[in-house]
Amino acid sequence: MTTIRYTKDHEYIRVEGDTGLVGITDYAQAQLGDIVFVELPKVGKRLKRGDEAAVVESVKAASEVMAPVSGDVVAVNDALEGTPGLVNADAAGEGWFLELRLTDTTELDGLMDEAAYRAFVASLD
Amino acid sequence: MSDLATPSLSEAARTPLYDLHCALGARMVAFAGYAMPLQYASGIIAEHFHVRAQAGLFDVSHMGQALLEGPSAARRLEALVPAAVVTLAPGRMRYTQFLDSDGHILDDLMVARLPGEGASECLSLVVNAGPKAQDFAHLAEHLPELSLTIEKDRALLALQGPIAAAVLARHFSGIETLPFMAAATFPSEGGEVRISRSGYTGEDGFEISLAAESAPAVAERLLAEPEVRPIGLGARDSLRLEAGLCLYGHDIDRTTDPVEAGLLWSIPEHRRRSGGYLGADPVSKAIVEGPARRRVGFLIEGKALAREGAIVTTPDGAEIGVVTSGGFSPCLGRPIAMGYVETSFAEPTTPVRLSARGKALEAHVAALPFVAHHYFRGSR
Repeated sequence: MTTIRYTKDHEYIRVEGDTGLVGITDYAQAQLGDIVFVELPKVGKRLKRGDEAAVVESVKAASEVMAPVSGDVVAVNDALEGTPGLVNADAAGEGWFLELRLTDTTELDGLMDEAAYRAFVASLD
Repeated sequence: MSDLATPSLSEAARTPLYDLHCALGARMVAFAGYAMPLQYASGIIAEHFHVRAQAGLFDVSHMGQALLEGPSAARRLEALVPAAVVTLAPGRMRYTQFLDSDGHILDDLMVARLPGEGASECLSLVVNAGPKAQDFAHLAEHLPELSLTIEKDRALLALQGPIAAAVLARHFSGIETLPFMAAATFPSEGGEVRISRSGYTGEDGFEISLAAESAPAVAERLLAEPEVRPIGLGARDSLRLEAGLCLYGHDIDRTTDPVEAGLLWSIPEHRRRSGGYLGADPVSKAIVEGPARRRVGFLIEGKALAREGAIVTTPDGAEIGVVTSGGFSPCLGRPIAMGYVETSFAEPTTPVRLSARGKALEAHVAALPFVAHHYFRGSR
């Protein structure tokens, strides 16, 4: 079963079992504009919730991507090195950043579900 | 993610094209007190390439436009700028700067001499949006004998790109032969339209000053041309950075002088020798002694970007300068930057490091511009 949760900083984590794919939302990529570089962590890195997990650079600015929950980096999306525009084209799919093995799945309870995130984004405009 | 907050637009002034930008789907941002289009739907990189390949329309109505008129207006303005204004022929324009008494740059601007009548001379000035109020106060204070008309009721458009001339000629007959840095006027229903062959992209192109109320219709007519797309501030910045052009408040400001900024080309020999403008003494000294630092370009290895404020060091870590503009070059497909380094490190190919977010990026000094200019030099 897949569970998607969101942060107020526009990261998502798509969880299956005890691992999850982390990326930024479509709203975030649209706000950032053309993405030209994504700096990814090393596989094996241990992240606490809120740690800097990656840096995304658009033509406008560099932004930190924070770990939505604590975990170990078990994979990164190497395709972003050559094609950072995948984040713009398909933020929720092919444009994922990294895969985490969650250390505490109860941390997911502190994040928003899809409906809550949609309402949150709507409140921003 | 950090830094996604967008500044409030509610306080920002609107240009005459505000409604058109919104209708075109622009993402609006506050810039220099104005609500301006950052980009349209296709994004900054696509807009950038479109200007390099075809023609792009920019709204630059936030910039300050003014007329300076009166007897000997050209000679009098020379007291405030280091350019040769007296020798500026009617219908020609020049790039120059307002300097303070320390020779530092208060703003940079374009001056055109309009065809005048009798003893009164008429100069058209275009200054930057941010400092425009101070610029106009500076003019009024130092040149009270001249009449300064701030043209708040005019809009300014820019049409830039290799086929800008062909497109604009469909609307303003004969414009394609206008020389680079020349200006012409066209009568129109909404009042006089002033067109100059100039811009801020490194491409051939034009800037079009016209009555605010006629600007939306003219912009829509130009956008209806199949080769023309609207271009926002994001691509304006990446285009000018590739072209090695200074952005006021970043690459030049009240701490930089025109010599270290590499703008000596805009000060003719006779004015370097005889001075006679505010800030002339320190500028002459900088010319004779050579500047302690110089504005240069940086080509960065890898993909990470260096932004404004990044510290420039030698490969050994000794601090030698600062980045004043940085970004991604769509045409080169890599990060580029501009900034100042101590003169002994200013030669192209000199290896340097740029610190960004605590990481050191390998780079080397590069000649400006990064992408060759394609200004109109006449048809042969």
